[in-house]
Amino acid sequence: MTSNDPKNPPHSSDTPTDLPAPTQSTPAHPTPERATPEGHAPEQPSGPAADAPRASSLRSMRWRLVWAVLAGAAAELAGVGLIAAAAWLITRAAEQPPLAALSVAIVAVRAFATSRGVFRYAERLTGHDVALRAQAGTREDLYASLIPPQSPRHGGADLLSRMVDDTEAVQDLLVRCLLPAAAALITAVAAVTIGLTIFPPAALVLLAGLAIAGALLPAATAAGARRWAARIAPARADLAARTADLVHGAADLAASGAGDRALRSALDADAALAALERRQSRVHASALAFGVLTQGLTVAAIVLLAQGAGVGSVGTAVLALMSLVAFEPVLPLAAAGERLTGILAAVRRLREVRATPPAVTEPAHPAPLPSAPLTVEVRDLVVRHAAPPAVTAPATTTATATATGAGDAPHPEPATPAAAVDGVSLALTPGKRVALVGPSGAGKSTLLAALMRLVEPESGTITVNGADVRDLGSDDVRTLMTGLTQDPYVFQTTLRANLQLAGPGKSEEALEAAVRQAKLQTWVRSVGWEAELGEDARTVSGGQLQRLALARALLYDPPVLLLDEPAEALDEQTADELMADLLDATHGRTTLLVTHRLRGLEQVDEILVLEHGRVIQRGTHRELVERPGYYRDLWESEMLTRR
Amino acid sequence: MHKELMGLLRTHVRTHLVVALAAAVVAGVLVLVQAELLAGVLSGRFETAALLFLVLVVALRALLGWVQGVRSGHLATGAKSALRHRLLARFAELGPVRLSSRRSGELVTLVGRGLDRLDPYLTGYLPAVAVAAVVPLAVLLRLLFADLTSAIIVLVTLPLIPIFGALVGMHTKAVTEKQFHALSRLGGHFLDVVRGLPTLRAFGRARYQADVIRSVADAHRSATMRTLRVAFLSALVLELCASLSLALVAVPIGLRLLGGSLDLTSALLVLLLAPEAYLPLRVMGTRFHASMEGVAAADAAFAVLAPEPSPAGGEPPVPSGSGTASTGGGARRSGHGARPPEIRLENVTAHYPGRTGAALEDVSLTITPGERVALVGESGGGKSTLLNLLLGFLTPSSGRVLVDGADLRDLDLDQWRAETAFVPQRPHLFAVSVTDNIRLGAPDATAEAVRQAAGHAHATPFIDALPQAFDTLVGERGANLSAGQRQRIALARAFCRPDTAILLLDEPTARLDGRSEAAIVEATGRLSTGRTAIIVAHRPAMIDLADRVIRVHEGRVIADSAGGQAGGAVPQAGGAVPQVGGPAASAPPATGPTAGDSR
Repeated sequence: MTSNDPKNPPHSSDTPTDLPAPTQSTPAHPTPERATPEGHAPEQPSGPAADAPRASSLRSMRWRLVWAVLAGAAAELAGVGLIAAAAWLITRAAEQPPLAALSVAIVAVRAFATSRGVFRYAERLTGHDVALRAQAGTREDLYASLIPPQSPRHGGADLLSRMVDDTEAVQDLLVRCLLPAAAALITAVAAVTIGLTIFPPAALVLLAGLAIAGALLPAATAAGARRWAARIAPARADLAARTADLVHGAADLAASGAGDRALRSALDADAALAALERRQSRVHASALAFGVLTQGLTVAAIVLLAQGAGVGSVGTAVLALMSLVAFEPVLPLAAAGERLTGILAAVRRLREVRATPPAVTEPAHPAPLPSAPLTVEVRDLVVRHAAPPAVTAPATTTATATATGAGDAPHPEPATPAAAVDGVSLALTPGKRVALVGPSGAGKSTLLAALMRLVEPESGTITVNGADVRDLGSDDVRTLMTGLTQDPYVFQTTLRANLQLAGPGKSEEALEAAVRQAKLQTWVRSVGWEAELGEDARTVSGGQLQRLALARALLYDPPVLLLDEPAEALDEQTADELMADLLDATHGRTTLLVTHRLRGLEQVDEILVLEHGRVIQRGTHRELVERPGYYRDLWESEMLTRR
Repeated sequence: MHKELMGLLRTHVRTHLVVALAAAVVAGVLVLVQAELLAGVLSGRFETAALLFLVLVVALRALLGWVQGVRSGHLATGAKSALRHRLLARFAELGPVRLSSRRSGELVTLVGRGLDRLDPYLTGYLPAVAVAAVVPLAVLLRLLFADLTSAIIVLVTLPLIPIFGALVGMHTKAVTEKQFHALSRLGGHFLDVVRGLPTLRAFGRARYQADVIRSVADAHRSATMRTLRVAFLSALVLELCASLSLALVAVPIGLRLLGGSLDLTSALLVLLLAPEAYLPLRVMGTRFHASMEGVAAADAAFAVLAPEPSPAGGEPPVPSGSGTASTGGGARRSGHGARPPEIRLENVTAHYPGRTGAALEDVSLTITPGERVALVGESGGGKSTLLNLLLGFLTPSSGRVLVDGADLRDLDLDQWRAETAFVPQRPHLFAVSVTDNIRLGAPDATAEAVRQAAGHAHATPFIDALPQAFDTLVGERGANLSAGQRQRIALARAFCRPDTAILLLDEPTARLDGRSEAAIVEATGRLSTGRTAIIVAHRPAMIDLADRVIRVHEGRVIADSAGGQAGGAVPQAGGAVPQVGGPAASAPPATGPTAGDSR
């Protein structure tokens, strides 16, 4: 567990920009009454030190698991004991012995009856405790393995939410499969053992019946569920796609008069899925039927055997009733078997995520951080996004495959991973401001990602004051070069915490200044610093999100400021104002600005026009406007669409 | 019981419902017979041969279990299909404009995984309720005849289960609900942090959050356990009631047997039956919790199906997206096809549902047949709204849209749309082959015609480079195409409908790569020949195609290169527009449905 954790040693906490413990922590969970734990969350450096408590928590986890199993088994055993004792008591009483002969049984009946409820209560508490701990541990592990940047294909929002859903599978595995199975096993062993002392052949029949109901049947349902899942999953995906077509393509369908056809094909997909699900329900139905049958036949056989062998009414009744009850924890295992397939698939997916290597390799001994002022040089940089795992073509053939249709795809097609950045060079000397311009997919954001050590370049170098970034820790590189990234995110917490995550120790004035520079002060004033943002709270418009992200970048104040489309999603006028303010605010600051609005770019020192990962034009605004080409076209189009 | 859901079940899957519930109940009652036989055999009243009947009863129970399982499957799939049909038809009824005003991703999820959550309710909870309603009473009745004392004990203790359950439930309901809510928010928090990882990474906060995740999870676990300690008391009570009453029954029976006032058969029968009185109630209790998600899913589905509250301002209904509602309802325009009509807007004001402020305000325009019009202006100004009006996706809240003098509201929308070719800003690619995507509006087009249309749209080179060329599956699960390629597929769709007289095109605002841009402009030029073309344009080359340029700003036409055409369109912005301080000017600019995601 601890060894596969390539976390980096604590030197990152020594860097000048790293943050003292905040009082109000960042996107911590916003439930107000739960504020306390976050308040004194220890800012502990991760690494070897953090692994020690993990190991001990695993050990304590094992004990909790044992307790949960024992409590569950005790509850079931009490149930078996209760019925066995009661059966003995009644049949023995019918033989009219002296009352003293019954007293033990009477006490046993009462004791089992009372303890059964208590054990059940203990089982449910310990079981849930263990499950919650296991889930928390799984999430921690998942999160830890996601911290190092991974290739961007992992980042799809749906994939992420499925991953998070998958962590709940661990809870299901424990509460619904493993713990009940363990309790059932212990109960079965106990019942068979008691049977052996009364009448061994009956015990063997019981063993056989329990084995069928508890092992064979779950195995069969698991296999059935697996087979049906393989057929149902594509049908379900088909229905989802048709539904999505109906919803997202509503305008296209209506305009083309194809709505009825699309609706019909969605209904067909539904019918196909329903037919499969109906047939799948036979697995469940058969398991139910076979379980009942096994239980009944086992009991009948035991009675037949015992009466045939003249065991006597007391022994026979105890055997029969105990057997009947011994099946109770065993029968639900068939349903658990049905679930197991999905659970194991989730566990497998999580393991795959954990096994995914990070996108960049960390140096074994990170070089010391260069100190400001910084000069960043990019030389002949080539970045190629890895092909998705589905098309794992040998590395040698991918180069030839890039030829086909490369011109058309701004994003590398799955089959043809063209270089996203293809031989770019640029220099950022202290105080210099450079703008990157180009169509979407031209490689601008990939270039920023390479600077932030989020992707590994194929060739070429990035140096900071002469030091290759590959020799620095990637966290360290991001303390030097960072800012407003693509797809900024709003956390479900307060506005203040959302901003403060970029500078937990910064003063109130610094926050205010950042907000002012990002033209966000009116909004902040209207909703308030403590406004809850995020999905289920107040919605944040695209423009506000963008400005919040910009405020974060300005608050963080890195030596080299990277800004990816700061005016994205803003209306014309605000965007113009923002860009003007931004160009003022970054005056004399080393800045790399990705933009596709050109107004104001006469102020930057150099403009690079990227297309298909290559620099097709470079120069100042004045130079570029004079030459025919992409930049001039874009400039003219911008002028035309303005009032 | 979910009232609307039960109504749905009764109309659509009545037989399956009745059979599944009946099988469950009969199987439950057969347990009584089984107990009877077993008690008889064990006490020696019946011959061992009676075991044969016992086996028969068991077999019958197994059979009934199978029937119940299979019919429950029919019940669940039938109910889900019925709801899906209604939901999907409802989507078509809502139409593109109102659909885009909802959270469309959630709607898609609801139809799929959302409805699947109904399964535990339909296949687990409903039968358990039926069994719980019948079996305990039957057991009680039988006990009454076997042994009055025991029957009284069961009768007294049996109600304790629901009573204690309700008491504990009432006591903990608020707490548990809050806790379960908090638990789901904990999951939400984790997802939140994972989604925001790139942002955290950018500011060096990723590792710190690992500790926050741990401490938040720890805090929640201890809080959850605190409430569970109380909540599980109901489980404790249920279990204690059941097992203690067994003890309460068994011990006196034993003593009375000793005294000889009771026979063994009755005693064994009581012992076997007493737990069966409690079991259905406990099963119902546990399944109730598992089925709550299903109730939530049903609520969500019926909420979508519920008719929308009509807005206070007397806003006119938005017409349906698919033609089903209007088929046959509207007048058919005669002589359509070759000749483009004259299109006239008379003082049109339009609102989007659920938004304040007009998207278009008092716009009057006349577009003569064959004219090529470029609509320009900043995004959110109302250009896309104009296209939505012309397509009938949106009806004016006041004013009229006239086609050759006939109000669009009175026309058969399907027929009208058959005359128009629409190229949206972000064309949707359907999860079918490229060919089927191109012939979306002309299902009878031959492969040759499709190829030709693709050729006109400059789409052939990249389509041929796809793995299976024209047969390649595209859309969500198929090959990913760039924005420029999608746009060219949409143009090919338009080329595939040569009979259309009007072209409506929404040019993407996102910068495409140079090659795509040139191809799209060239294809658009060719497509607009001989048609009335209304093009939302952003680029000079596209604007150059037009004979007339109309500038739209904040819902108004502020400049028109054709000069003072009908309806008082004003060539230049300024004082000539009288009410500049109207709602459109003071409210934040209303955004068209496509404008928000234009990049």
